[in-house]
Amino acid sequence: MTLTEKILARHAGLDTVEPGQIINAKVDLVLANELSAAVAIGVMRQIKGADRVFDADRIALVEDHFVPAKDAQSAKIAKIMKDFAVEQKIKHFFDVGRGGIEHVVLPEEGLIAPGELIVGGDSHTCTYGAFGAFATGMGSTDIAAAFVLGEVWLKVPASIKLIYSGKPGEMIFAKDIMLKTVGTLGIDGATYRAIEYHGSTVDELSITGRITMANMAIEAGAKNGIFHADAKTIAYVTERTDREFIVEKADPDARYEQVIEIDIGSMEPQVACPHTPDNVHPISEVTREEILLDQVFIGSCTNGYIEDLREVARILDGKKIDPRLRVIVNPGSQKVWMQAAEEGILKTLAGAGCAVNTPGCGACFGGHMGTLGDGERCLSTTNRNYVGRMGSPKAEVYLASPATCAASALTGRITDPRVAVPVGA
Amino acid sequence: MQNSLRGRVHKYGKNIDTDVIIPGKYCNIIDPAELGKHAMEGLDPEYTAKMKPGDFIVADTNFGCGSSREVAPLAIRASGTSAVIAKSFARIFYRNALNIGLPIFESVEAVEAVENGDELEIDPAGGVIRNLTKNQTYSAAAFPPFMQSLIDAGGLQPYVEKRLAERA
Repeated sequence: MTLTEKILARHAGLDTVEPGQIINAKVDLVLANELSAAVAIGVMRQIKGADRVFDADRIALVEDHFVPAKDAQSAKIAKIMKDFAVEQKIKHFFDVGRGGIEHVVLPEEGLIAPGELIVGGDSHTCTYGAFGAFATGMGSTDIAAAFVLGEVWLKVPASIKLIYSGKPGEMIFAKDIMLKTVGTLGIDGATYRAIEYHGSTVDELSITGRITMANMAIEAGAKNGIFHADAKTIAYVTERTDREFIVEKADPDARYEQVIEIDIGSMEPQVACPHTPDNVHPISEVTREEILLDQVFIGSCTNGYIEDLREVARILDGKKIDPRLRVIVNPGSQKVWMQAAEEGILKTLAGAGCAVNTPGCGACFGGHMGTLGDGERCLSTTNRNYVGRMGSPKAEVYLASPATCAASALTGRITDPRVAVPVGA
Repeated sequence: MQNSLRGRVHKYGKNIDTDVIIPGKYCNIIDPAELGKHAMEGLDPEYTAKMKPGDFIVADTNFGCGSSREVAPLAIRASGTSAVIAKSFARIFYRNALNIGLPIFESVEAVEAVENGDELEIDPAGGVIRNLTKNQTYSAAAFPPFMQSLIDAGGLQPYVEKRLAERA
């Protein structure tokens, strides 16, 4: 069995499972944000006999999309979730100032461990595959069902094995590797499939790098994206929880629907051009024409981690951003924000002319605190660049690594970070 | 048993994502009637003005890709759209549509053949799509047995109630 099949079988109480099989699986954690929770809570109220959640300690509720509330309607849905958290005595409830972006907060708080099964009312729930867990996004009605039953029905996905080789060159990051992957698979290339990440390149990646890659599995349509837990994973998790967990491993004879090899050795920084995350090109192709920017956004559940902010600060240190554009930075969580403050990163960014926001998802999905107007062009570390994703349908969003975003912030146009910041400079 | 569905076709392309079905700025709305006013707005701001109750959205592959936002199928249903026909659906949208009772049909031949404005009649139970304008008939893929049993039970909510009752 593949890694995904092993985790699903154990949670369904079965010895084996096969792709296509429908199972009932017990969940270790159910996640919702205020958007998905407000609808899910409404559904739960209509389910006869469902007065209580299955386990108040196995639900995580995070206020992160329209917070701090931008208007009365946003305040209303935030309050629906908060009131529910109080009523149901939900242990893991994170309001603004104590949390941040759900997918940054949950691993930080030790709520994710290898071998676990997590469902969430957010498509980027697949992020937790970085820790060797099975994690997938669902809509609110499915989340309401999981709230009360503590189980979900799932169709076992076939797996696609991706094997990465080669040592990333200067200024090549996990984001570049994953953009290349989404471009290779296509926006629907992994629909209804599990992606299993293998190879020497990803073995060398940090936990943050693996988070960035697992996070964007959904951008190829996948149900989940998963890494094998290794010593790095176990060290990260055991620093944050004393909960017991089971590290699973794919069998040597596991069956994969496809095996794709991707060589990173000579890869350039990658950019996803408008208006789909699989419209990916090496940066030398993109910079053949001058692409002037109005905004650079750095943050999100893909790239709002301390490692990302360190890289941006390293590039912007002592310099000023181009005066014709604005740069918005959202640290991914309160803990990332505090760490960045302690390390002097926030001061460096603000000194360069960046606006530093409170953690949250607002800008990434066109909610607030960074939406684009007609005709504006943004280079972003986020995961999606659909039409209208960050505001106006007449705006353009390009996706790239934090380093490419920082280098471009200095010049005001999409810029190769290898050119803007020579090695050793 | 659902009655037959009848209306005109509004045809769109591939990879219609949830951001264009219901843009992020409306995702703090939970009132279905209000959501319905903004269905498809990111792709076609005229959609709700030109469609009539009962009409169909017809699209190519991977309809509903992107976000888990259940407000996307809720907005389509609340707009009065009676069903979505596509060559294929993204997986979260597929689950959400079945859960909330928005009829969806997978049919490559229907999508290839129908044109904007064609009038269709669909028998949801049999998955038969009749094109009244072109006098053609297409068939939609049958739902896998488990999904069909959820649809027959009336969606996910009765299924959850049954599971709870079994435990009591």
